[in-house]
Amino acid sequence: MKRIALLLALLALATLPLWIGNSYYVNIATQMLIYAILALGLNVLVGYAGLVTLGHAGLFGIAAYAGAVLINNGHNHLVVAFGALAVTVAVTAVFAILALRGTGLGFVMITVALGQIVWGIAYRWISLTNGDNGISINTRPAPFGLSLLDASALYWACFVVFLVTVAAMAIFVASPFGAALRGARDQPRRMTALGYNVWLTRFLAFLFSGFWSGVAGLLYLYYNQFISPQAVALSASAEALLMVIAGGTATLLGPIAGAVLVIVMKDVASAYIERWNFVLGAIFVLIVVFMPEGLVPGCVRLWRRATSARRPRAATAALRQEGGR
Amino acid sequence: MTALEVRDLHKSFGGLRVATAVNLSVAPGERRLIIGQNGAGKTTLFNLITGELRIDSGTVTLFGADITAAAARRRAHLGLARTYQIITLFPGETLLRNVTLSLLGLSRLRWNPLVRLDRQHDLLEHAHAALARVGLEHLADRPVAQTSYGERRRIEIAMALAQNPRVLLLDEPFAGLSIEERRDVLNLIAGIPRGVTIVMIEHDMDVALEFAERITVLHFGQVVVEGTRAEVVEHPRTREIYLGA
Repeated sequence: MKRIALLLALLALATLPLWIGNSYYVNIATQMLIYAILALGLNVLVGYAGLVTLGHAGLFGIAAYAGAVLINNGHNHLVVAFGALAVTVAVTAVFAILALRGTGLGFVMITVALGQIVWGIAYRWISLTNGDNGISINTRPAPFGLSLLDASALYWACFVVFLVTVAAMAIFVASPFGAALRGARDQPRRMTALGYNVWLTRFLAFLFSGFWSGVAGLLYLYYNQFISPQAVALSASAEALLMVIAGGTATLLGPIAGAVLVIVMKDVASAYIERWNFVLGAIFVLIVVFMPEGLVPGCVRLWRRATSARRPRAATAALRQEGGR
Repeated sequence: MTALEVRDLHKSFGGLRVATAVNLSVAPGERRLIIGQNGAGKTTLFNLITGELRIDSGTVTLFGADITAAAARRRAHLGLARTYQIITLFPGETLLRNVTLSLLGLSRLRWNPLVRLDRQHDLLEHAHAALARVGLEHLADRPVAQTSYGERRRIEIAMALAQNPRVLLLDEPFAGLSIEERRDVLNLIAGIPRGVTIVMIEHDMDVALEFAERITVLHFGQVVVEGTRAEVVEHPRTREIYLGA
């Protein structure tokens, strides 16, 4: 049943540009995939490592800015991809070394500060970032000769990257390293006594998380063909964190559901509801009150409760029928 | 060569001295009991030996190797394992996963992000064996949160034993247990082979005296009496500390 549902969902996603028709909605779906990759990367830290960060938009933006600068300097897309991701991972390492000196609220505040430094650089280092005007690019890659200039082609490219991300996350979570990371989240003192290097475990998880944020940032650059300081602002980090928390931390589907929810509210509902921010806020309040574990685990819990309540009723009815005979 | 040796250990928290010139020498295979009133510094001594707290001065050696400067995680790799007075497990995980995490701590596999943990058959086999050793194999797939307090004490011991330690530090392993559970845990500890040196902190003197070969009495961070069961029981300082006479 679960597998059939998964296959149907994959089939629907793979064929989305064919049945959705309007390229506007194809673009919205592409955005959902990009932000789902960002949220999945962030979930490694927030969900599996228990480290809440508010600086990931900085890493997302660094990949996009590095990609834009490399493209505008005439490099080919392979160099751009490797270069942008290498820069992102290197900056992530610096972020991690500094942020992991703190724990709890201290960790959050350091990530906020680091994210704001990136925003400051994007805003004020005009010779490199073009400041508030941002950087435009006039190209998209053409892997295997397939141009991504068309909305549907870009969607499919993002979909492939999205599938790779989900697979990478699934393997990571089920691995010994994933188990060690969750152990370090739940009982760091015990893990140290058991022989684990908790700091290094968290550091490597930070790098992994930063890498996927970089992948999302690069796709964002190709999607918008533009990057500006707005993409690295604190509100962008908060939005990514809300995607993870709203969907359900430490789950694979949660961050994806959270990304879909936020993009629907931001890009679809905003066309019909003037105060869409208010509605989004109200939805988050409802999630926190009624499903504090997040949308996906919350729905699973309600579904289980509903089905277990139905089962005894069915059993009682069957017994009554037996008794009546 | 001693299994565990602590020499002239000092530790203070600000103006509060919690360990003053503590000396402890435990022979290989020995069963040592550390007793003392609440606040005597027993658990602090364990934390200093395992490296969870940094010592102010003094040395700690494990089978002749100086581990004073070694990180806590490194000491686990050198054969030092411990249990906690306040049970410290992974409550959301199954018993099997708890013991697997313990085994994984000493394995290079812990860095591997590419293989499935539930397909590491050797590791899982060892984890099942460790659970069988403490009589909990039938609960292997049950989450720790759904087990009794006594079972959790045994999981703690299973996790420590799974690492094949050379020196095992047991911090009040009978705390909070019923009389029957205490008997079970004592049998379990008594069954640990002599290859494992055991140092145990315990308040329950009836159970603990049965186990101990030598006893160290701590009082306000200092070793005041050390000797065999008979020597310690007869010593006037022990009586003074415990009976106030």
